[in-house]
Amino acid sequence: MLSKVAERVYWAARYLERVESTARMVSIYDTLLFDLPRQINLGWYNLIVINSLEESFHERYSVQDERNVVKFLLGDDTNPGSIVSSLTAIRENIRTTRDVIPGDTWELVNELTQYVQENLNQGINRRHRHEFLDSIIRACQQIMGLWQVSMPRDKAWEILRLGQNIERADMTTRNLDAAVATIAQVEDDDFAVNAHQTIWGNLLRSLSADQPYRRAMRASVKGPLVSRFLMQDAQFPRSLRFCLDDMVAASQALPRSETVIGDIQRLHKTVMARAEDTEPGPELRDVLNDLQIALQYLHFTISSTWFLNEQDAQQAVAQ
Amino acid sequence: MSIDWKQYELEPGFYDELISSPGNPRVPARQLANYLSTLTEDELQSRMLASDATIRDMGVSFTVYTDGENIDRAWPFDIIPRVISANQWEKTAAGLKQRLQALNMFIDDLYHEQRIIKDGIIPEFVLKQSKNYRPECEGIRPRFGVWAHVCGTDLVRDGDGQFYVLEDNLRVPSGVSYMLENRSIMKRVLPEVFEKVSIAPVGDYPEALFNMLASLSPRPGDSPVVAVLTPGIFNSAYFEHAFLAQRMGAELVEGSDLVVGKDDCVYMKTISGLERVDVIYRRIDDLFLDPEVFQPDSVLGVPGLMRAWRKGNVALANAPGAGVADDKVVYAYVPDIIRYYLDQEPLIPNVETFLCYDDKQREYVLANLDKLVVKPANESGGYGMLVGPHSTKKEREHFAELIKANPRNYIAQPTLALSTAPTLVGRSKVEPRHLDLRPFILQGESSYVTTGGLTRVAMKKGSLVVNSSQGGGSKDTWIVG
Repeated sequence: MLSKVAERVYWAARYLERVESTARMVSIYDTLLFDLPRQINLGWYNLIVINSLEESFHERYSVQDERNVVKFLLGDDTNPGSIVSSLTAIRENIRTTRDVIPGDTWELVNELTQYVQENLNQGINRRHRHEFLDSIIRACQQIMGLWQVSMPRDKAWEILRLGQNIERADMTTRNLDAAVATIAQVEDDDFAVNAHQTIWGNLLRSLSADQPYRRAMRASVKGPLVSRFLMQDAQFPRSLRFCLDDMVAASQALPRSETVIGDIQRLHKTVMARAEDTEPGPELRDVLNDLQIALQYLHFTISSTWFLNEQDAQQAVAQ
Repeated sequence: MSIDWKQYELEPGFYDELISSPGNPRVPARQLANYLSTLTEDELQSRMLASDATIRDMGVSFTVYTDGENIDRAWPFDIIPRVISANQWEKTAAGLKQRLQALNMFIDDLYHEQRIIKDGIIPEFVLKQSKNYRPECEGIRPRFGVWAHVCGTDLVRDGDGQFYVLEDNLRVPSGVSYMLENRSIMKRVLPEVFEKVSIAPVGDYPEALFNMLASLSPRPGDSPVVAVLTPGIFNSAYFEHAFLAQRMGAELVEGSDLVVGKDDCVYMKTISGLERVDVIYRRIDDLFLDPEVFQPDSVLGVPGLMRAWRKGNVALANAPGAGVADDKVVYAYVPDIIRYYLDQEPLIPNVETFLCYDDKQREYVLANLDKLVVKPANESGGYGMLVGPHSTKKEREHFAELIKANPRNYIAQPTLALSTAPTLVGRSKVEPRHLDLRPFILQGESSYVTTGGLTRVAMKKGSLVVNSSQGGGSKDTWIVG
């Protein structure tokens, strides 16, 4: 498999995952707003901080209100992680990998892009936002379902799995971070316990994790348990551990994967070493932040192992 | 209202491919014409919608450059096919093979002894001033002595119903993917006709192309690694590059995916490391192939590629330098070239051509600019042409200056009465539209010609320009036995 094709497949998978995760993240905040007691002043700007987008946000907007934040995350083409930008990136990558990705993907991605462009205002205004985000999530799942049922389990498939899981792991750390950050804003009063439960419950629901959580943990929704579940559960596809395990399996099927597997195993260790038993706070946020940086390094390792071929090319010319 | 062939208004003086006189379809088209006239207006409309939907689904698109931006647009397609009898096609195909064989012997001769010049058949300055002659290629011996492995030859039918060769495209001819896609569209749009009429299939082209390319491999016996080299996604024919690579099971590569090693072999960068490439079907122009030899600032090519090719470590199709025969002045000599190398009479005639470097012929051209079509010798895509009968006085004066300044670079031909075929206009009206035909010819160890080819149609009424870059569309081409 050509390195360039591998790189494009990897990014197509990452961006598709990012579209779905961004839609999910905005929807956490959206439903939270309905559930939380009126006294709690929830900051939409948290979403910008959590995604490390402060700088590019401020180049565009001065007011940190809901409208601007949502617009920036969904429809802003100057934000490379927005849904609109991610879709453009998916299109370009799919266009150039049509020989390894199922042909129908192209049409589905076009449909989704068109839908988002035509209905963007529905997402920005709160009244139809849920419906809008829900349609995006469904369309993403349709594409992933297509891949799942029709792709041969060849190298392209393993690369796709890598892209999907690294993005998913990154987004799980960010979603978890969002919840912890929100809890920090809840004042410690009579409403606090209720509000905490609402926030954790919403986090689980937005990741479609509420039922799996209950089955796996056999307990009510509590901060320490939720964060343990999202980090360490062996079976839930969005838990950090699951994503890392899946990446190891994918890498094992690829050539020259020793360094990549080493990196993933180190990450795995950090994740499994956590033993949350009190309400997560700033300390967990630091860990999540470190994990995000480690995932970024993992990306560099993946890229230099399979995409760049710099060393190979230099060796061939210098022999 | 369904189609009434009696109402079809033939253009006087032009040959129509399907209808010989109002109400009378030609023999090979009879069943098709009869079937079409049984369809109601609504049925026709739904067939057209089906073809549009199929094109969208297949993602057939053609990129057109406008102000640096490029846009994809659906390739305009007419659902009424053009029909040619198998009998006539057989003769035409033989003529096309003959032509490419002679052209390859000509190119090989030019890069070696240049006998044809020494024998006085072609004047030396034609070669000396050719933009596409590559001194870097002298003395090289590609396998089978073949330089132009893939050729797209444009055929036109004049008022007399005879096929003429209009030009030979020996550099990077495109359009074959549209020929293949057009057939798949038609199978979905008019499946009933395929049951009744025996239409020769066209689908073996990718296989034939792959076999030809594989036969060029410098490591015969092994299963060769074949790659299609594309300039990238912004090229107007990118769709076709991807399409052919996919159909052949070849790798689609860009210059940056390849590297030439110290051992002068070409490698592609894969996730397992470097893998040797044996045959490159290159879809980029000579001058961009290798920055070490040609344009130093080219980022499309691969440094060292020419070195690898000269050493015989990789095959390039078409070979660099093959474009020397893709020159409209050389074109005028092709009948002589066929006689010289093959000692045969050409099976398909050329269009009458006036060479502007010849004083007498130039005088005639300058005096008759309003009747002639003037073409630069080395352009393709229908650019930089003067169509005399449709030109203004100012344009003619401009071209007269150009010709006088650089006579070697211009040829002129009579305005052809390009044949027509019925084309659907509006909901159920058929009107004649002008068209040409581009068959594709392959030559490696043996020769191959597509069954029919790509029929290009000028979709505008009265227009004679069929290029897709200038508003042309296409039709399926049926060879009917």
